[in-house]
Amino acid sequence: MTKQHAGPRTGPAPAHEKHVRASKQRAAYPYTLYLPAAVVYLVIFLVPTVMAFYFALTRWTLFDSTFVGLQNFRDFFAEQNLRIGFANTLFYAVVTSGLKVVLGLLLGVLLTSRLRLRGFLRSVVFFPVLVSTVAVGFTFSALLRPDTGLVNRALALVGIDGPDWLGDAGTALLSVALVDVWKGVGIATVIYIAGILSIPRDYYQAVAVDGGGAWHRFRHVTLPLSWPATYSVILLSFIGGLRSFDLIWTMTRGGPGFTSDTIASIIYKQYQAGFFGLSTAGNVILFVVVTAIVVPLNYFLGKRQAAL
Amino acid sequence: MKTSHRVLGAAVAVLAMTALTSCGSGSEPATDGTVTLAFLVDNSQATVDTAKALTDAFMQANPTIKIETETRPGGSEGDNIIKTRLSTGDMSDVFWYNSGSLLQALNPAQTLVDLTGDPVLQHVQKDFLPVVTQAGKVYGVPSGTAMGGGILYNRKVYDKLGLKAPTTWAEFMANNDKIKAAGITPVISTFKDTWTSQLFVLGDFYNVQAAVPSFAQDYTANKAKFAATPAAKAGFDHLAEVHAKGHLNEGFGSAIADQGMKMLVEGKGAHYPMLSAQLPPLVATMPQAATDVGFFGIPGTDPAKHGATLWEPAGLYIPKTTEKLEAAKKFLAFVASPAAAEAVNKVVQPAGPYRIEGAKLPDNAIQVAKDLQAYVDKGATAPALEFVSPVKGPSLEQITVAVGSGLTPPAEGAAQYDKDVEKQAKQLGLAGW
Repeated sequence: MTKQHAGPRTGPAPAHEKHVRASKQRAAYPYTLYLPAAVVYLVIFLVPTVMAFYFALTRWTLFDSTFVGLQNFRDFFAEQNLRIGFANTLFYAVVTSGLKVVLGLLLGVLLTSRLRLRGFLRSVVFFPVLVSTVAVGFTFSALLRPDTGLVNRALALVGIDGPDWLGDAGTALLSVALVDVWKGVGIATVIYIAGILSIPRDYYQAVAVDGGGAWHRFRHVTLPLSWPATYSVILLSFIGGLRSFDLIWTMTRGGPGFTSDTIASIIYKQYQAGFFGLSTAGNVILFVVVTAIVVPLNYFLGKRQAAL
Repeated sequence: MKTSHRVLGAAVAVLAMTALTSCGSGSEPATDGTVTLAFLVDNSQATVDTAKALTDAFMQANPTIKIETETRPGGSEGDNIIKTRLSTGDMSDVFWYNSGSLLQALNPAQTLVDLTGDPVLQHVQKDFLPVVTQAGKVYGVPSGTAMGGGILYNRKVYDKLGLKAPTTWAEFMANNDKIKAAGITPVISTFKDTWTSQLFVLGDFYNVQAAVPSFAQDYTANKAKFAATPAAKAGFDHLAEVHAKGHLNEGFGSAIADQGMKMLVEGKGAHYPMLSAQLPPLVATMPQAATDVGFFGIPGTDPAKHGATLWEPAGLYIPKTTEKLEAAKKFLAFVASPAAAEAVNKVVQPAGPYRIEGAKLPDNAIQVAKDLQAYVDKGATAPALEFVSPVKGPSLEQITVAVGSGLTPPAEGAAQYDKDVEKQAKQLGLAGW
């Protein structure tokens, strides 16, 4: 209060009076200023969310809807490929976020060293992030073709007969996950670069005084002190992995058969089939699952961060 | 002060709401008397070419009507675009869409203009009407030609190896062995385009209904199942058998339909389970496609009962939301006339017989169309299951990929499909499920 009274005194008295009253209501702005954002929030976020919870309980053809209670949830859980979908989703999230952490950290260390062309190399790592995911998917589909693709031709030069990466049930999901890592590792690297650069030099000097070598510097300074970065990378890429869809859809469409289906692609296929109520129920379940995994993860990782 | 805030707030809210809701369509009437029709078609080459031939001929005859064609993706992605645009009232004045079970899912009574008894239907063959009819009301006219779903085969390869078109599955497999021994891929499969994997199952329906005439009816009424009907399960068995014998091309899991057609026309592969409509667009770039590729129905067990499964042409429909009904009907009447068939014949080779009275195949029709016409003339054709039953599971293409890649045994695949069908029937709210 005192601070506001000490503010500019040039304005006319009534305006000043109003200002004081507004601050008594603890709002920084008059309501009219909140309104546009509130309307947008209500119309395009809140209303659809509530409607989604309602339509998940209906048989919905876009033309009309019939209330069916929890039948959609029963049907969704009876989906024959749901178990594959869950297992694949988890596998995909773990593989991509794990590799992004490891590669991101190593690249981060490399790109904070005294390299020539450091700025250029940093942007090169980041370029794949800027390319549209669908374009990346199409490009790699061509590169991974069994007979004419560049990858298998290169392997043939060293005498390896490469598999049909995306057409073979054993390699399809892993191939997509690796492409996802290639595309997403740039963000992890940038986060690590920021994290490593924010570590005070003093620690490294302390290790040097104690006679520690390069491994000690990495193991006992860089690794623990870049924990906030690791935390962000794990959380971001894990959530990304759980709801991953675009790359899988452009590269394999969940195939061959159902072998690379994830929860998101199962839901999309139900939407495509015109089962709108059912796929909405699937989305509600995905929402609950992601929350159930991410909230504890966030809590656990956050606690470790606070402990540091 | 408070009240004025509220008034202002309410005013902003109302403004925002009107701004958000007023994005609807508002088409202006043309000033010079010409009417412009919007026409939505799928983006397959065959459809685009046919649509262009139809609109060009129509606009020449009717200078006051202009037609603007827009394209959409095919498959289930396209189905959703159609459903969304119909339900939001944003549909073009005329649109091209499948007949049969897919049309039934559009809720035509509520969304489409009823054409029952309308003069636009005067040239349409009577036996086409059931696939564009719901609850006794007719909603569309046939666009393009019927097509065959079976085995496209390279006749040059057959000549070279001294083979003849098989009439039983055993003969077909014997041919495959000889073709393989000659170093040619016996059966082309292109599972990256998942829809192409369904032909062994869907194209086998002629044999199913020959063995079990009541199958379609019982299947719709939830009484007959694929897994429990040997004739219906045969399609899944066939898929598994050609894979188990190693008859498929290398990299079949990531090959696409265009690559498959190219292999067939060039004689690198001998058989391709496919729709005959894939052929006409190739004639322009590979003229030998017109003569070297023939068609036979998927062979069953009894040579005396050999026949082919027929896909009815798609239809043209008018949504209730159109403001140019008269012009739209004029266009439909033209499309369903022998003159339209002649115009199309000049540009696109028909892939099968027309469903319009008085429309004929051209003398230089491609070989697959002639082969198909021979089946029609013999009376040895049956419409595919999707034209006689509204029940079709959406996951068939994934299941057939899994069975055809040896990932799922055929009996399990058939049972999976029965479950998939049940889900769809429940979602459609069909009686008896």
